[in-house]
Amino acid sequence: MDFLQNFLILSLIKAAVVAFVLLTTLAYLQWIERKVIGHIQLRIGPYRVGPHGLLQPLADVVKLITKEGVLPSHVNKFFYLLAPFIAVVLALISIAVIPFGPQITIGHVTTWMQLTDLNIGILFVLAVSSVGVYGVALGGWASNNKYSLLGGLRSSAQMISYELPLALAIAAPLLLANTLSFREMVDYQSGYWLGFIPRWNVFPEIVGFCIFVIAGFAETNRVPFDLPEAENELVAGFHTEYSSMSFAAFFMAEYANMVTVTAVATLLFLGGWQPPFPEPYSNFIPILIFVFGGLIAVFHGLHPARRMDKFTLPATGLVFLGIAALFGLSLFVPVLKTILMALFWFCGKVGLLLFLFIWVRGTLPHFRYDQLMRFAWIVLFPLAIVNLLATGLVVALTSK
Amino acid sequence: MTALIFLIFAGIAVFCGVSLVAQTHPIASALSLIGVMGSLALIYLQLGGEFIAAAQMIVYAGAIMVLFVFVIMLLNAGAEATSRQIPLLNRYLGMFLLAAFLGLISFIIQAMLPKTEGVVFGAYMGGTAAAIGRKLFTVYLLPFEVTSVLILIAILGAIVLARREV
Repeated sequence: MDFLQNFLILSLIKAAVVAFVLLTTLAYLQWIERKVIGHIQLRIGPYRVGPHGLLQPLADVVKLITKEGVLPSHVNKFFYLLAPFIAVVLALISIAVIPFGPQITIGHVTTWMQLTDLNIGILFVLAVSSVGVYGVALGGWASNNKYSLLGGLRSSAQMISYELPLALAIAAPLLLANTLSFREMVDYQSGYWLGFIPRWNVFPEIVGFCIFVIAGFAETNRVPFDLPEAENELVAGFHTEYSSMSFAAFFMAEYANMVTVTAVATLLFLGGWQPPFPEPYSNFIPILIFVFGGLIAVFHGLHPARRMDKFTLPATGLVFLGIAALFGLSLFVPVLKTILMALFWFCGKVGLLLFLFIWVRGTLPHFRYDQLMRFAWIVLFPLAIVNLLATGLVVALTSK
Repeated sequence: MTALIFLIFAGIAVFCGVSLVAQTHPIASALSLIGVMGSLALIYLQLGGEFIAAAQMIVYAGAIMVLFVFVIMLLNAGAEATSRQIPLLNRYLGMFLLAAFLGLISFIIQAMLPKTEGVVFGAYMGGTAAAIGRKLFTVYLLPFEVTSVLILIAILGAIVLARREV
């Protein structure tokens, strides 16, 4: 085990695990999005490839790789090929500073459930996301197509405008916690008011949280702010001319940005991996959820509505009960408990926010372009400044 | 190790700087400038100026250069046409003379400056956000406030000028 203490090797292992999990999540996030939107619109979504379409992401990857990568003759080749590369690299790099859990000790190796902690972690994410706009803008411009160009222009204008309320919304919890590091931010949010209300920033900073989430929708080019790729006006916006893997790169970048925004919202406002209930009770929540889910699945498996339910639902139920047993086991193994509880609460909160993103996409129509700009500058921006000033006043009055 | 990283990013910065001048297309020049800023940010980071590095990326590479690129795209500026052919002899002689001139200047400056100690990577610890904030609001309060007022005047001026057009 001695070689594990080598910083380089430990970092490589952690990076490999995080990269694998992140890329799998991105692929399945798309499956979840199609399923959820399908059910919102009273369809069933992907269903043919594997049980309930579970192998659809794999099939999509194979399809995208084997498709011909068309290089249109009228594009600016260098920038056309560079743009998806910039987009995907800058989207994936932010995950390096996101912490998933507290410090853990396995054997005699002590490490953090995080790739690296910068003491300017929050600024780092802002910097990377502000440079990320070049991927979209360049892609739109290099395609030499008026729809793409319009998409790229809209995207750069939109991202500059919404970055201001986003940064101002982030500044308010920074004032409260007095730090720029994600770890210290989560530590600040541990504990409970009156013994049961978690000390998360979302309660004093509810306005800031709402501004952050709304600006987050705009930063990730999601509905209702999806004007850079508005299908009914701009064909497909900035990625009209892209095909095969370069198209997939833009697609992946969008989902990676979504994961980053939700993870940052979780860390800044929702207490990161801190459970919403005090210690002894919060340990039983995951067990209860998985046992309950498993029992429901087994029950419906015993009373099948469709032919295949006899096999798929009991199998799902058994998996759920197995996870519940793992959580139960973890109550007696402190290391396992630290890892599992942190992952459960962190992924749970990120998952809920991601569901919100998908839900909004399935529900809301999109803005007109002038409405979008007016909303950013006349509503969100002043609101964020007032929120920041109010927070600053409270901090100044209460600090010793 | 640190020296190697420094050399890599210093090399990228110089390469992008030359490319910024040499490129004929405005977008390529703008992107080269972003490359210069990015590698400078990494060198700041290496010197311990974490906050400056982040500010460099957010303000210069992220905000200002996006506006540059935005305007270039909006005007749809094409590649600049080079009208005048410079004779081959002039070009090579010019390069040689320029290199000699720059070498002379750097030699004179180095001879005139007092001897300083070499830079040690990782020795400077005053670059954190907290340290900079404390300095700004104690030692450098007056310059900070004056700069803020100056920027405010510039913003007001921009609004007034833009209003007149409408």
